[in-house]
Amino acid sequence: MKGFFERNGPLLGGYLVIAVGFWVLVLIILPQLAMLDISFRNNLPPALVGSEQDIYTLSNYEHFLKGNPGNPDRLALFGIETEVPFNRVDLAVFLKTLLAAVFVTLFDLILCYPLAYFLGQSAIGASGRVFALLLIIPYWVNEILRAFAFRIIFGDSGVINTVLVGLGLIDQPYDFIRENVALYAGLGYAYILLMIFPIYNAIESLDHNQIEAARDLGSPWWRIHWRVVIPFAKPGITSGCTMVFMLTAGALAAPQILGGPSSLWFTQIIYQWFNTGQNWARGSAYAVVLLITCIIFVLAMMRLFRVKIGEIAK
Amino acid sequence: MNEGVGVELENLWIRFGEFVAVRDANVDIRGGEFFSFLGPSGCGKTTILRAVSGFLNPSEGHVRIGGRDMAGIGANKRPTALIFQNLALFPLMKVWENIAFALEVKGVGAAERRKRADELLDLIALPGQGDKMVSELSGGQKQRVAIARALCAEPQVLLLDEPLSALDLKLRQHMRTELREIQQRVGITFIYITHDQGEALTMSDHVAVMKEGVIDQIADGRTIYDDPATAFVASFVGENNVFRGIVKSVDGNMAMVSTRRTGELNGRIASAAAGQLKPGDEAMMFIRPEALHMGSAETPVDRRITARIIHEEFEGQAYNVFLEGAEGKEIKMSLVNRGQSRLSGAGNEIAMMFDPDQAVVLPMGELAAE
Ligand SMILES: Nc1ncnc2c1ncn2[C@@H]1O[C@H](COP(=O)(O)OP(=O)(O)OP(=O)(O)O)[C@@H](O)[C@H]1O
Ligand SMILES: [Mg+2]
Repeated sequence: MKGFFERNGPLLGGYLVIAVGFWVLVLIILPQLAMLDISFRNNLPPALVGSEQDIYTLSNYEHFLKGNPGNPDRLALFGIETEVPFNRVDLAVFLKTLLAAVFVTLFDLILCYPLAYFLGQSAIGASGRVFALLLIIPYWVNEILRAFAFRIIFGDSGVINTVLVGLGLIDQPYDFIRENVALYAGLGYAYILLMIFPIYNAIESLDHNQIEAARDLGSPWWRIHWRVVIPFAKPGITSGCTMVFMLTAGALAAPQILGGPSSLWFTQIIYQWFNTGQNWARGSAYAVVLLITCIIFVLAMMRLFRVKIGEIAK
Repeated sequence: MNEGVGVELENLWIRFGEFVAVRDANVDIRGGEFFSFLGPSGCGKTTILRAVSGFLNPSEGHVRIGGRDMAGIGANKRPTALIFQNLALFPLMKVWENIAFALEVKGVGAAERRKRADELLDLIALPGQGDKMVSELSGGQKQRVAIARALCAEPQVLLLDEPLSALDLKLRQHMRTELREIQQRVGITFIYITHDQGEALTMSDHVAVMKEGVIDQIADGRTIYDDPATAFVASFVGENNVFRGIVKSVDGNMAMVSTRRTGELNGRIASAAAGQLKPGDEAMMFIRPEALHMGSAETPVDRRITARIIHEEFEGQAYNVFLEGAEGKEIKMSLVNRGQSRLSGAGNEIAMMFDPDQAVVLPMGELAAE
């Protein structure tokens, strides 16, 4: 600590400590703690806050699992009407959101890996890198506006339908919004750069001679990727996948704008509790569930693929 | 074990855009020999090797391995294995996995692969080190693992791109002998690239000396050193004193060269220049430092050089004397240390003598950069 101030001087050192401290404490830790705290409380009108009714409770988490106690969901199983002790709607949306996030992550990975490899390793890719920077330009536009742009592109009279109908491939405009095609395309596109750049960074630092060495030893292209390039790029792949997964699972704008009428994203449920439902406690509980599940999922995946956290930070 | 096969380069040209990296190379490498390409940095050595291993298509001409034209055959289908200038071992695989990679590619089972890797580890004198990671090895050990990895592919031709350049002097000398031994044990063709002439001369059956994409001479080490084909070869391989002058007379394979500062000297015309020199031609005479000896007033003038001492240097096994030469260049005389007393010191003029057979006369040509 002393060395830190000696290196940076009291002014810069003090600024760094205060700025980073403020960032971590006020912008990250305190809000999360506050949310965690609220999630264990009852939803009370302001007048009752602090009264004896203001106690810690698990009811919000219980609700996520079981739904309203007085209003059990019913399910017909083999012709017998049974009571289901689960909050079928919320749990289903929750699982669907996680699955969709996995799907979007895999989709982005499959799309980005070849591109990142091309940019990072091939000679033509070297000149293509400038063009890769052009990929950033659409991201100067706000996320919500980008989602609306997708709505326009995929709309009934959008570019895609116009072309498809014009070519005579279909005779009715296809409802991309209802079928959630627009939603997945929008989500896939939203965080695609966060997939490309970490993988590109990793692959770019791979010595090209290793690829040639593998080829020289008789390896076909797929084995070169399997044994040499992918293991080397693993930290980049993990970091890209983690970011895309986390952000997709927590996305709100794209599902809100591009989701079909029947599709509900878990973040939308959280949003409803906070906003229309005016039940911050329950919204917080749902948000905590999403956050913790995502973290556990990512850690489990890293364990499975034997990546260490330190490697990702490289 | 594999038989070594021959490699032939015929009228090989390699261009990068306008730039000619290899110019009309014709090389005939016999099966099972240790062949070296020697030349300064950037002369096209790696480029030739890449054309042989299949990473690069010749702009013109043919590469034949074992008599078979290699056009259209990819790097992974050629009977060659390349050891890269920077080794390019796979850092995320264990040593034994590195070595057995070529077998993995062929679909050999893990137990069999491990067995073969252990055999190769014995061959390269690293027994029991298979489970280490590459990063845990020393420079010389990595070197040997790279050789084992290439040998595991059972190539008929092993291509080595300056594999020793990163090692320190002691280790390099040790690895030279070891490489030569490995080559004799496995009996396959080695094509070795280096810009270190010591390496080329000690290890090779034949050496090709290159300059800016052109092969100046192909011969065994002794011939390269004693009977260079061009002024470049004479000045690049080993140390040499050069004396410029005009041919005065030619007598069989001997020539009298009139030099500006050191008078008329008698020398032997290099075999490659036989019949090319006639009186009046510009020529260069090359005399190696160790071919110069102490002379005296009685030494015949056509084999005597008189010059002023600039400084002397004691090198251990040899004792070097630097003398004033033409155009500000120093003449170096290297005397074997036999306990003789020092010369009389800087500023004195002394007479040196040489055997005209050891003075090589060549047509005027470009010298290697110092
Ligand atoms: N892909 C390429 N594109 C353009 N020029 C190249 C390419 N590869 C090599 N060259 C040029 O060809 C010449 C020979 O290169 P090469 O790598 O064969 O040299 P080298 O003899 O192996 O040198 P070194 O001893 O430094 O490794 C150099 O001038 C180099 O700049
Ligand atoms: Mg080279």
